[in-house]
Formats: sequence, structure tokens, C-alpha cells
Amino acid sequence: MKALVFIVSRLYRDRSAFLGALIILALVVVALAAPLLVSHPDAAWAMNPQVRLRPPGGEFLFGTDRMGGDIYARVIYGARITLTIAVVAVGVSLLIGVPVGLVAGFYGHWLGEVLMRVSDIFLAVPQIVLAIAIALTLGPSIENVILALSLTYWPWFTRLVYAETQSLKNEVFIEAAMALGVPPWRIIVTHILPNVASPIIVRTSIGMGFTILTAAALGFLGLGAPPPAPEWGRMISESREHLPDAWWYALAPGLAIFLVVMGFNLLGDGLRDILDPRIRRAQHGRG
Amino acid sequence: MAAADILAVRDLAVAFASDAGLAQVLDRVNLTIRRGEVMGLVGESGCGKSTLARAVLGVLPENAARIGGGRVMFDGEDLLRIGPEEMSDRVRGRRITFIPQDPYGSFNPLFSVGDQVMEIMRWKSKRRPEGERGYPRARRAADRAEAIELLRQVQIPEPEAALSKLPHEFSGGQRQRLMIAMALLPQPDLIIADEPTTALDVTIQAQILRLLRKLVKGRGISVLFTTHDMGTAHEICDRITVLYAGQEMETAPVDAFFVRPAHQYTARLLDSLPNPDREIREIGGEIPRLIDPPQGCRFHPRCAAATDICRSQRPDERAVAAGHVVRCHHPHEGARHAA
Amino acid sequence: MPTVAGLVAIVFVVSHIIPSDPAALVAGEAATPEQIAAVRKKLGFDQPMHVQLGAYFWKLMQGDMGNSLFTTRPVWDDLSGRLPATIELTLAAMAVSTLVGVPLGVVAALRRNTWLDHAVRVITVGGLAVASFWLAILLQLLFSMELGWAPLNARLQGFPPPAVTGLLTIDALIAGNLGVLGKALAHLALPTITLAVPGLATLVRFTRAGVLDVLQSGFVQYQRAMGIPWRVIVWKYVLRNALVSTVTQIGLLFGILLAGAVVVETVFDWPGIGNYAFNAIFSSDYNAIVGFTLWAGTVFILVNLLVDLAHSAIDPREARS
Repeated sequence: MKALVFIVSRLYRDRSAFLGALIILALVVVALAAPLLVSHPDAAWAMNPQVRLRPPGGEFLFGTDRMGGDIYARVIYGARITLTIAVVAVGVSLLIGVPVGLVAGFYGHWLGEVLMRVSDIFLAVPQIVLAIAIALTLGPSIENVILALSLTYWPWFTRLVYAETQSLKNEVFIEAAMALGVPPWRIIVTHILPNVASPIIVRTSIGMGFTILTAAALGFLGLGAPPPAPEWGRMISESREHLPDAWWYALAPGLAIFLVVMGFNLLGDGLRDILDPRIRRAQHGRG
Repeated sequence: MAAADILAVRDLAVAFASDAGLAQVLDRVNLTIRRGEVMGLVGESGCGKSTLARAVLGVLPENAARIGGGRVMFDGEDLLRIGPEEMSDRVRGRRITFIPQDPYGSFNPLFSVGDQVMEIMRWKSKRRPEGERGYPRARRAADRAEAIELLRQVQIPEPEAALSKLPHEFSGGQRQRLMIAMALLPQPDLIIADEPTTALDVTIQAQILRLLRKLVKGRGISVLFTTHDMGTAHEICDRITVLYAGQEMETAPVDAFFVRPAHQYTARLLDSLPNPDREIREIGGEIPRLIDPPQGCRFHPRCAAATDICRSQRPDERAVAAGHVVRCHHPHEGARHAA
Repeated sequence: MPTVAGLVAIVFVVSHIIPSDPAALVAGEAATPEQIAAVRKKLGFDQPMHVQLGAYFWKLMQGDMGNSLFTTRPVWDDLSGRLPATIELTLAAMAVSTLVGVPLGVVAALRRNTWLDHAVRVITVGGLAVASFWLAILLQLLFSMELGWAPLNARLQGFPPPAVTGLLTIDALIAGNLGVLGKALAHLALPTITLAVPGLATLVRFTRAGVLDVLQSGFVQYQRAMGIPWRVIVWKYVLRNALVSTVTQIGLLFGILLAGAVVVETVFDWPGIGNYAFNAIFSSDYNAIVGFTLWAGTVFILVNLLVDLAHSAIDPREARS
């Protein structure tokens, strides 16, 4: 609790991190309150061909799309999809990646070796390539995008936790606990986990931004939620056939992606400065 | 300042900005160095020795340090009135050179020792005409020969081969010998040596000190030598000024300093040294916080002889013998009490 | 190498459980079930997975990546035919990121907390947050459709200069044909910018942090105390130290660019390997997918080797140990 108060008060002082937190807060509020922000509940799905491709202004704040859908309403509801994908995918990655990293880092030997080899394989190819392959295998749906992103993002957490755990393992207080006969799982939970929490938190925030970008790219490539769903990446993709006349088509969804990803990145950077002053020093290594 | 003085620091005040407030690191400090002498500046960690050394060089951290007043007269010229560009070009590395405390971190690990020695020669060699941009081959060859000769004098084995080696291929002692050579190469008037032996093994310290003293005396170069170690100061210095919490307390020739200290602080400092004949006596009390320093003489809270005037007024300089000056309202007279 | 083998195995398995039936695709719409079964048998799809995988590795060791189901040509030929386009684009993006990113990072560090540093920070934060396909559309809207400065799509076609390297810009330069060079560059400009932006932002951040770190070190303070000109300290000594960590980033950057190429080549219809991979994925073209993954993994590992070499060029301590 005290730690939380500390973090929040420091965030308040760091203007850009605070801005990031505000953007994320806005995203959450928009996602939760979406029905209150649009004129009628079906606005995001309604098709009115008679008003298709209307420029912004008047009734339609951000214009309308090729089906006559209200881009404003679709962007608002798109926040729900984006937030769900990011939270669940990063959450699952955490649930896989952190325990694997802890076990590999703490026990080492052949088990750690094998686990790290497997995660290396995943890291050898750009995440989006693997995610495309997996999403395609499973078919286009939100659930499958989440699965594809989770299956390809967890190794980042494993790497991070593995490296931290390995260096912690040689610390005196861990060696002392082992010498006292404290069971390994207790050492992991009470001594190691709290010490790797900071880099995990930072990575989580940056990973959210990264995941949102990748998810949008999948949507753009046609691998995300199927058509009527108001998915930001797909909306941008649809716009390409109507350029340059419908210049507004891609504007709002692209801006939404930009703002949200920037929010998570700013917050992540701010948290890094607050929680982990070592990161700056670590880069000094060879200097 | 007298013509016999190469450096005269007068009433120099320096403060550092920090989150907690403004720290008064130097409070109207005076210091004089005569031509050709090794001047010791001694005091505990945090007393302001390094700040004074950096102020003379003009390399205080720009964002934090504030010079509150005073003068730094060097060969008749106030260094505080020279712009940063000119200071770097004309004074630093040319007329005043520097030997750092840490011979490990002061070499760039990615460049050969020769690169780094010749970089100094390129810009600071006596052969360089004013404003020369390139580095003509003839001058380079002459500079290189001079560097090799000096490396020989600081007893670096195989000096020519040494130039092509990387810093990490030398021991700490050898690196400090290289640093001494680099400080001598521009033929300066003054060398500022900031705790140059602190990072070295005790056995090597004495060799380096003797070498440095021999080389500067042979060339008539003055030295400002800061140290927290009384033994080191005794070994190399001609005169010593002692600094406490940003105020100079006493200045004396080295013998008088150790035998007849006139300031309470000096006496207590010497008593705190290990001595086979008696127990170590601690000074007692704590070093004051510089953000809210004691008024008057900053040593008064720890001084047994302190009176009301010590708490309100900083003492003026008072000569107790020829060349022996103390800033104390109640100076000690006579020889140091036999322990 | 074991990493690449493992990668191939994973992608192989994943791509082979794609629910669509490629045999039916290959056999054509009018094919009878018997014909489809015959195609399946001919392509080996009736075998168990591990047998298929073993056969693939066996052929791979003989330099055969199989045929593309879609183009029916050997995957190796497809990939090598499209390689120059991707290399040209990726190298151009890499050059832009490095040549703009590194100096910008140094300057931001030197002018820390000035308006310039803040401006650079805004650019980098934005560069990392912008979706490349959206940026591509914005650039197309502005420079192709509105201003008409750059062609909308694709690589320069027709009248190629005599192929030497396969890179149109370089070949045009070799042939001394400035007209073609100009056109090739115009076609290259927007995809390059789009691809370069995230990498550029990453490099700026790392260089800035690296330079700030090195500026604190003892040898910088020493050289300053010895009156070495500040520009010499910064651009000769500090930069080299900062580059040690930046070089690692340039290696990682290649991964970012490779991933970005799949999307950017698709948006700009650039006839490179990324575009090929995207089409392969959509036509369930197993051999092409696995071949692309193999290629990407190998390139990634080769680049990391190059990074190690670059390290020893910058850091003489490594070369001597």
C-alpha cells in the first residue's frame, strides 16, 4: 500500500508518465461507459447505406464508413475490443512467462536450459510473423488473436524474469535462506518474486502498447475480429479502397491506436524511472 | 598577490543546489600556492577539497554549482573572469593540468594509451601554434618522441610498445604513472592532483609520491595536492592548508603543521592518527550539514575551547609564526602537547 | 542452428494444422474426391506429421525447400527472386534509422532538457506508438494523392537498368542512369520512411541514454579537466563508447524491420519477401511459410553474428581477448 502511494505520488510529478496514466484511464472509462457515449446502443453496428462515406461534421463527428456506420461510435466500441485483447493477452503471457522464467532461473540445470531454448526459438522470429501464422491456423476471431498474441509474447517475460532470478540467486540473502532450509517455493514467492516485480510491471505496461499495435496489425491484415466488429485495425484496412476521397475514414481509428499505445509507453517509461534506477546503470556495462 | 605566488584563491564561495536546498560547500576560502612548491590541501571527505580543485580548473558541474563570490588569481589573472571556451583552450591542460583520483576510470577503455596521450599533445603541446587546426606530421613526430621520453622518466617499461596498448593492460600504479606523464607533458605552471594515490595500494603510493615530487621539483612546477591522508601529505608537501566543512582552518609549513599545530581542529586531527605510543583519540561530534551550517567558525560545535565569539564570528587570519597562519579565536600556542 | 531447426519445427507443425485443405486448393475446384486424395498422397500430406517433418528436413539438407503450392515454383527460387526488393527496402530503412537516429540521440543528450531534447522526445515517443500501416496511409494520402510527389504503390517496374546487384537504386547508379535512379528513389521513399520510423525512434532513445551515461564517466571528466575541445570529446570519444550498446540495438532493429516488412510491403504492394510471406499465409502455402520462417530466422542469427563482429571493431578489448 505504501509502495502504491509512493508510485502514484511520483507519477504525479513526472508529467509525461502522468499523461500516459490519464490516457489509459480515459481508455478504460471509454470502454466501460461505451453505451453512454453513443446515441443508441446499436450505433456501432448499424448500417445505413444511404449515409455511407459522409465526411465528419453534423450528426457524424468522425464521418461514416462504407456501410454508413458511425465511425465515432465504432471507435468508441473498438476501445472495448482493444482493451480486452491487450489485458487478456498480456495477462496470459504473464501467467505463462513469469513462472517459466522463475523455474528456469531458480533451478537451472537441464530444465532451465530446455525452457530457455524453447523461449529462444519463439524470440528468433518477429512476433508478428508467428502471430500471423497462429491466428491464421485458428481462424479470424478475437479469441484467436488473443491466443496468438499470448503464445508469442510470453517469452519476453520469461527472458526478463530468468535473467533477474539468476542474478538474485547468488545474492547473500537468498543463499542464506537456502542454507537455513527454507523450501524453494517459499524462497521464490517471498524473496525472488517481490524483487522481480518492478521490471515485470514496467514490461507489462510496455507490452500492452506493443500488443495493441500487433493486434491492430493483425486486424489490418484481416486476421482479427470478423467484419461487423468495430476493430480499429480493420477499419483502417477498409479505408484503403476509398482513398483519397474518404480521407477521414482511417483518421479516428489510427489516432485512437496512436494515443493508446503512447499512453502505455509513457506510463511504462515513467514506471521504469521510478521503480528501476538500475536499468540506466545497466547500460553502462561496457562503457 | 605577491609575484612569488602562482595561485591565490581569495574569499571563494561555492554552493551546490540539491533537492534539500543550497549546500554551502566552500565558505570564503583562502589559499595561496607559491611558485615551485607542493601545496597540500587536507581534510576529511566532504570538506570541499575536490570542489576547490575543480573550481580552480573551472570544471564545477554547470547545472548544480553556484559560485557565490571571490577570486581565483592565477599568475596575475582572475580565472573566474575568463569565459569557459578560453579557459578550456588557453588555461586547462596547458598552464594548469590535472591528475585524477581514479586512474582506472580516467582512461577511456576503448582507445589505446597512445591515442589518449597524443590527444593531449595534439591540443596542448608547447609546439602547437595558436589556433592550429590540423596536426602536422613533423609536430606529431616531435610530440611523440617527447611523450616516449617522459614515459621513460615515469618508469613505464618499453614506452614505445606501451603507447599501442589499451588501458586495461596496465596495473593501477602504471596507469597513475601514465597520468603523471600526461600532466607533465604540456609543461604546465601548476598541476592539480586530486587525491592521486588514494586508489592505489599502500606499497605503491610511496613510490608514486616520490616520483611525482622528484619530477615537479626538477621542472619547477607547482602542485596543489589534495588528500585526506596525513601520512601522504607529510611525505610530499612543502606547506599544508587544512580545510574543515568548507572553511580553511590553518596553513603552515609541513614541519610546523605536524609539530606545532595552532588550530584545535588540526591538533585533534593529528591526535586521531594511529600512534604506537598512545590510544587513538577521536575528534568527537559530527561533521556539520552544509545546507544549514553553523554560524561563525564551523568547527565550534565540536571544539572544546569554543566561546561565544566562535559561534557568531568567523575568525580572521592570524599569524602565529613566520608563514604559519591560523583562523581561530583561541589558537594553540607552543609545541603539540606530548602525547 | 538448433534454434533455427526448432523454429522450423514449430512453424511446420503450426502451419500443417491449418484447417483448410491445401490439397483441395491445389487440385482445383472441379476435382473429384479421388483426385484430391491423389494430390494429397503425391504431396505427402497423408503421412503422419513427424514423417512429413523428417522428410522436410531431409530435403532441406540437400538444399531443397520444396515447391510453393501457390506459385508451383521452388520456394528457394521464389525467395531469392524477391530478395533484392526486400534487401533494398530494409537496407534503406536501416540506413535512414541509423543516419538520422544516432546523431539525433547524441544531440538530444548534449542538449538535455532543452526544447530540442523535448522535441526529439516527442518524435521518439510518437514513432514508437504509431501503427506502420496507418502511417503508410497518411503518407500516401499526403505525398501521393494530395501533393503527387511520390508514386502510390509498388516498386519501379519496366526498363530496369542492367541487373548487377538486383537493387534498382544501386544498379541505376552503376549504369549511370540518373533518370531511373530518381524514379527508383521516388518509389522507395514512402515505404522506407514508414519502415524506418519505429527503428529510428528506438535508436534515438538508446543513443541518448547511452551518451548521457558515458558523459558521466571518469574519462570524460578527465579530458574536460585537461581542456580537450568538447567537440572532440563528444564526437570521437563519447560516441564510440555509446555506440557499443547502440550496435546491439541496430542488430535487434533488423528484427523490427523484418517484422515491419510484412506489413509495409503488403500496404505498398512491394514485391518482396514480406509480401510473399503474407500471400503464402493466406493461401496456406506450407512450404512457402516454412521457407520464409527459415529465411527470417537465419537472417536474424546472421545479423547477430555481424553485431558481434561490429562489437569487436568498436571495442578493441574484445578483439584481443
